[in-house]
Amino acid sequence: MRSLVLASHVLAALGLASMGLLAAGTPARAQEALPHQEWSFNGPFGPFDRAAAQRGYQVYKEVCSNCHSLKAAYYRDLAGIGLSAEQIKATAASVTVPDIGPDGAPAERPALPSDHFRSPFPNELAARAALNGALPPDLSVIELAREGGADYVDALLTGYSDPPAGMKMGDGMNYNKYFPGNQIAMPRPLQDGQVTYADGTPASTAQEAHDVATFLAYIAQPEMEARKRMGVKVVLFLIFLTGITYAVKRKVWSDVDH
Amino acid sequence: MVGLHKSEFANPVINWIDTRLPIFTMMQKEYGVFPTPKNFNYFWNFGALAMVNLVIMIVTGIVLAMNYKPDAALAFDSVQRIMRDVNFGWMIRYVHANGASMFFIVTYIHLFRGLYYGSYKMPRELLWMIGVVILLLMMATAFMGYVLPWGQMSYWGATVITNLFSAIPVVGNSIVTWLWGGFAVGDATLNRFFSLHYLLPFVLVGVVFLHVAALHITGSNNPLGIEVKGPQDTLPFHPYYTVKDSVGICVFLLVFAVLVFFVPNFFSSPDNFIPANPLATPAEIVPEWYFLPFYAILRSVPNKLGGVMMMFGSIAVLFVLPWLDTSKVRSCKFRPVYRQFLFLLVIAVITLGTVGAHRPEGIWVYLGRVATLYYFLHFLVILPVLGKLERTLPLPESISRKVLPGGGGPLPGGAAAKPMEKM
Amino acid sequence: MADTMTVNGAHGAGGPGATKRDFLKLVASAGAVIGVGAIAWPLIDSMNPSADVLALSSVEVDLTPIAEGSGITVLWRGKPIFVRHRTAKEIKEAEDVKLSALIEPQADSARVKAGHAQWIVVIGICTHLGCIPLGNKPTDPRGDYGGWFCPCHGSQYDTSGRVRHGPAPLNLNLPDYAFESNTKIKIG
Repeated sequence: MRSLVLASHVLAALGLASMGLLAAGTPARAQEALPHQEWSFNGPFGPFDRAAAQRGYQVYKEVCSNCHSLKAAYYRDLAGIGLSAEQIKATAASVTVPDIGPDGAPAERPALPSDHFRSPFPNELAARAALNGALPPDLSVIELAREGGADYVDALLTGYSDPPAGMKMGDGMNYNKYFPGNQIAMPRPLQDGQVTYADGTPASTAQEAHDVATFLAYIAQPEMEARKRMGVKVVLFLIFLTGITYAVKRKVWSDVDH
Repeated sequence: MVGLHKSEFANPVINWIDTRLPIFTMMQKEYGVFPTPKNFNYFWNFGALAMVNLVIMIVTGIVLAMNYKPDAALAFDSVQRIMRDVNFGWMIRYVHANGASMFFIVTYIHLFRGLYYGSYKMPRELLWMIGVVILLLMMATAFMGYVLPWGQMSYWGATVITNLFSAIPVVGNSIVTWLWGGFAVGDATLNRFFSLHYLLPFVLVGVVFLHVAALHITGSNNPLGIEVKGPQDTLPFHPYYTVKDSVGICVFLLVFAVLVFFVPNFFSSPDNFIPANPLATPAEIVPEWYFLPFYAILRSVPNKLGGVMMMFGSIAVLFVLPWLDTSKVRSCKFRPVYRQFLFLLVIAVITLGTVGAHRPEGIWVYLGRVATLYYFLHFLVILPVLGKLERTLPLPESISRKVLPGGGGPLPGGAAAKPMEKM
Repeated sequence: MADTMTVNGAHGAGGPGATKRDFLKLVASAGAVIGVGAIAWPLIDSMNPSADVLALSSVEVDLTPIAEGSGITVLWRGKPIFVRHRTAKEIKEAEDVKLSALIEPQADSARVKAGHAQWIVVIGICTHLGCIPLGNKPTDPRGDYGGWFCPCHGSQYDTSGRVRHGPAPLNLNLPDYAFESNTKIKIG
């Protein structure tokens, strides 16, 4: 009961402050159409560009992960973008995750490859309290959860600008031409040179956005490459089977006048 | 040996079983030598395809249920676990999810076949009505299944649809609370929907059995819509139609595979990848595509109870279809005027489907109302009146003499389709 | 079977034996119906809200943080409750509406607690098909009547929560609530 009352108070406070995400639910003003990008994973055969996905993981780790969780994914999933077992162990160990200590009290320990990606906030209320009422969405399946997928993520990350003259912006809101309603609580996250890529790729905003969109495409559908490979085999087999079956059918029906 | 069935099977094991329980004799009679009109076109594949589809859904569903957790706090994540960590989980789930769409595609074509060739007409009325029951059961099953992933569309679709019952005067709200097991869609709702979603497909199997049993009493209709006159008009089901159905099944699986492996989310809404949130309604609640025409009918009536009644009425009207159609001729092949109206109906239903996917404003409201009006006008007015007025084309003498030879001579439309002709 | 036949033969359809037998049959059938009903009811009622759901029946809300012109959403029995702090202008508009202009005529005074006209407390569920209308935040679309706007099918409510534009048939429902003090209400 007490916690319910508390929750209602917190909700009340949040209701006042919160603006960001629910704006997505408001009838959208006319938005800019998403520009279509070239993605390695488009089409019926395309794989994930490993180098881009790894750079994207770096962007996620250094920038996005400060606010956005990847609850459905594990560190071990990074094997799918070409990280070795050692690299995965190292990158997991670089963060701590909550656990129960030997004394039974909550404690922190270095993450293991078998752990979920660390969430920046323990729960929704903590996130909203820390971020002026806005809730950063979980990014595990974000590219499936938004119309446009990778194109949308890429466009959103590069779509920041000053609001057009005469537009009244909400408190703490930022103008983004690709966000539904054009007012987004997330400040522009990527700048030129925001990260320093290990492989020497120049880190322009566009490059960073493209890379992190590739990484998130992998995280949303880690099965994609296996799915397409298997699909090719299944479809070829079925075409063969259809042909054979049709030939049998012709043969069986050859003596029927129909 | 009193009471034993006299079996004709040579294999001693089969013979031993068959004399005590003549299932082999039955299979032989109903699927082996069963006399089937020889002039089926590929439209007659879709019944078998629906059957295959049902089996696929049940098999994948049973396996999915082994990993799915029907708990509001766990459901969404358990689906993600199936997609990411369970061996072949992604494939099984995508087959099940796209299988629902395939099932409705196949069933709607099957239903259109029945409308076009007059398969609902005497003496197949009950067969048709059982088919409508199957459609209703499919819809209930699909609706509850769509709730299980517990995304935003799951949650809000469930809210909107269960709220339809609140339109019932006096007891409506109590019924809705009872359906929910709470004061809003929640954990109790998800749990019971899972239970029913698992149960209904087996009920469906039972009703499908009745559907097929009724079919084997009347025999199949055929593209000419005239009754079978004798053995010269039929072929044994096996091998002729088993092999023809196999061709259809292969093509069906091909389409299915392209969906599952290359565009698995073609039919799904991005909103359903957002976990259910009781405090935020998505900007637009759009049901799955196969419900869109009915949803459009619901929304085209500006009155709540009226809209709900019209929506249920749009299916109820199918129950009485055999008595609304007054024509003596079954097949649209010989009903040139009615055929035009039937295509108009198809256009109206497709229009309704498009309207259902759009926000109800501007031109969409208008289109929705016109299409709804035509839908009911078609069944309630055009069908009964046209049956009396239409000049049908001459019917062929029999299936085996469908190309009218000089000597055969056409029979006048009315005479040839006496409903109770014996085979 | 043979006995029955004899009895039938002896007394005929209207005889005293037949009456007695009919009565017994009736009692037995009625007993069976009651029995089946007694079995069915627990099964049906088990689907109604359970004790743990019913237990979460009331919440308290502190009104002090709600700025004039905006509202908050609190959760009560799994339903969103809108608590909105109305401006003097909004109150006047809500009170001045002609009842004949309303879809479900209801005076503003009947929808707020006496002496607390600045607070409107409604169940935030559209009476059409159960969506949650927008409008608590000043940046939300509030429709043409300044209250709430349902994004699902376009229903519009005024600042008293009364429906002003369909398809919703009824005003937003009012929860049971009472003022515990000037700045605190208890819902449920």
